[in-house]
Amino acid sequence: MPYKIVSEECTNCAACETECPNDAINEKKSMFRIDAALCSECIGYFDEPQCIAVCPIPDCIVIDEKLPRYVA
Amino acid sequence: MPPKVIPIFAPQAAQTSGCGAKGGSGKSSCGSSAAPSDMSPEVWAKVKDHPCYSEQAHHHFARMHIAVAPACNIQCNYCNRKYDCANESRPGVVSEKLTPEMAAKKVLAVAAEIPQLSVVGIAGPGDALANPQKTFHTFNLIQQAAPDIKLCLSTNGLALPDHVQAIADLNVDHVTITINMLDPEVGERIYPWIFYNHKRWTGRDAAKILTERQMLGLEMLTAKGILVKVNSVMIPGVNDQHLAEVNKAVKSRGAFLHNIMPLISDPAHGTHYGLTGQRGPTPQELKVLQDSCEGGMNLMRHCRQCRADAVGLLGEDRGAEFTTDKIAAMDVAYDPQPRQAYRAYVERERRDQDTARASELAAMAGQAGEDKVLVAVTTKGGSRINEHFGHAGEFQIYELSGAGAKFVGHRKVEHYCQGGWGEEEILEDVTAVIKDCAAVFVSKIGLCPRKDLAAAGIEVVDAYAHEYIESSLIAWFRQRLEKDQPVAATAA
Repeated sequence: MPYKIVSEECTNCAACETECPNDAINEKKSMFRIDAALCSECIGYFDEPQCIAVCPIPDCIVIDEKLPRYVA
Repeated sequence: MPPKVIPIFAPQAAQTSGCGAKGGSGKSSCGSSAAPSDMSPEVWAKVKDHPCYSEQAHHHFARMHIAVAPACNIQCNYCNRKYDCANESRPGVVSEKLTPEMAAKKVLAVAAEIPQLSVVGIAGPGDALANPQKTFHTFNLIQQAAPDIKLCLSTNGLALPDHVQAIADLNVDHVTITINMLDPEVGERIYPWIFYNHKRWTGRDAAKILTERQMLGLEMLTAKGILVKVNSVMIPGVNDQHLAEVNKAVKSRGAFLHNIMPLISDPAHGTHYGLTGQRGPTPQELKVLQDSCEGGMNLMRHCRQCRADAVGLLGEDRGAEFTTDKIAAMDVAYDPQPRQAYRAYVERERRDQDTARASELAAMAGQAGEDKVLVAVTTKGGSRINEHFGHAGEFQIYELSGAGAKFVGHRKVEHYCQGGWGEEEILEDVTAVIKDCAAVFVSKIGLCPRKDLAAAGIEVVDAYAHEYIESSLIAWFRQRLEKDQPVAATAA
């Protein structure tokens, strides 16, 4: 599982959509989702995952700590 | 169909009495009304129809905000982006987001219904410049669809330096920047984080970057001759002592207008300040700070802190008449004629009002001494005393002195007239709101409230119903001086 947007928390502000370097985030029927096949956790692009850094709602985008970025 | 906002204006009448007609004062009504003595004619031409940049204009002209910019690049402790309630009136709140295409159609729909409309602004609900594609695409569409409507935008300033050229290219000549601090120690108590250069910054680093970007953006805008209004939120115990310094800094960089607004804070809003019990300032605290910042720069006191989707004159919101569903079903066409007629009408009204004010002032010359007195006025627009006491949703407060009548703020109240239920309680609240005023000017008032107000020491004046506010107030003040009555309440 890559990053995941919690729909109930999301305000649909679309800030993450424009920051994503992979165009992995899209809106469908007023719900934003992250395309698992495209998400790279911003590794190789930025020091921080952009969607999480820009999201105004705490814990709206959840991560899996087993993903490469979070494995020490 | 006559416009709904100000019933005294009839577009048909305005069309027939064009240039060359005589106004009520007997003066020719050609040309534009004169700029106030503290303003150049060029600046006056830019602000005279903009309700947010001119106190004078806010009596006559309407604005609308289009909510096409949902994303934001900073977090403020007074803002909660999750909250979205139709009953709330504060910045950052909207009921519906709009696409640029829908927004352009909404502008045409509102313009067709409200000839007072002069300005369309993008103020969020996030930050206009954190959504540059949506903001500028919308402006382009509006400029093509309705070229007589002015464009303006509001921003926190973080992304501003990157977009000054685009703003200038679109002929946007009004930009508002929200600047709450210069000192990072103050800033870290207002902004938990900013998103800049692909990184989330916190603490003093965040505040420092934000200030640098705001000052740079302000300088770049004023260098291009774009008028800049600076909004500051007054947060007692956080930046209240610091805002005089902010005032100096923005003044020295050429800001045109400073708008110091009270923090709106309520636990129900779910904001950090609301939840932690940070209070907003009292109207008296706000006025003291505003008074101390006056001098050498215009200070805005007529801000209603409206929603990012507000429609209408300041203080009213007709947004519910223009929901997405309703607009989608409307057939709209561009017709600037009613607005041109309305603007011509306002020009004549202004000249009449200038003349009336000048003659009352001349009659009063030398009588006033040091006396100052606050009075409250009920109005529904047009710079006239034309609202029933019981229907007023707010009072406009004027300070009367030898210098004339000066607008110093507005105070919201519940409508007194509720159809006979709960009115006593509301009247008590209303009386408390204007207790420092010597008189209240209304177009009409019932027997009961008239007695109660008199008992509270507030004179009720309905002799100037439907007349101009400023000249009426000066005339009343002069007569009061002539009677040599002691002034009951003096301005703080």
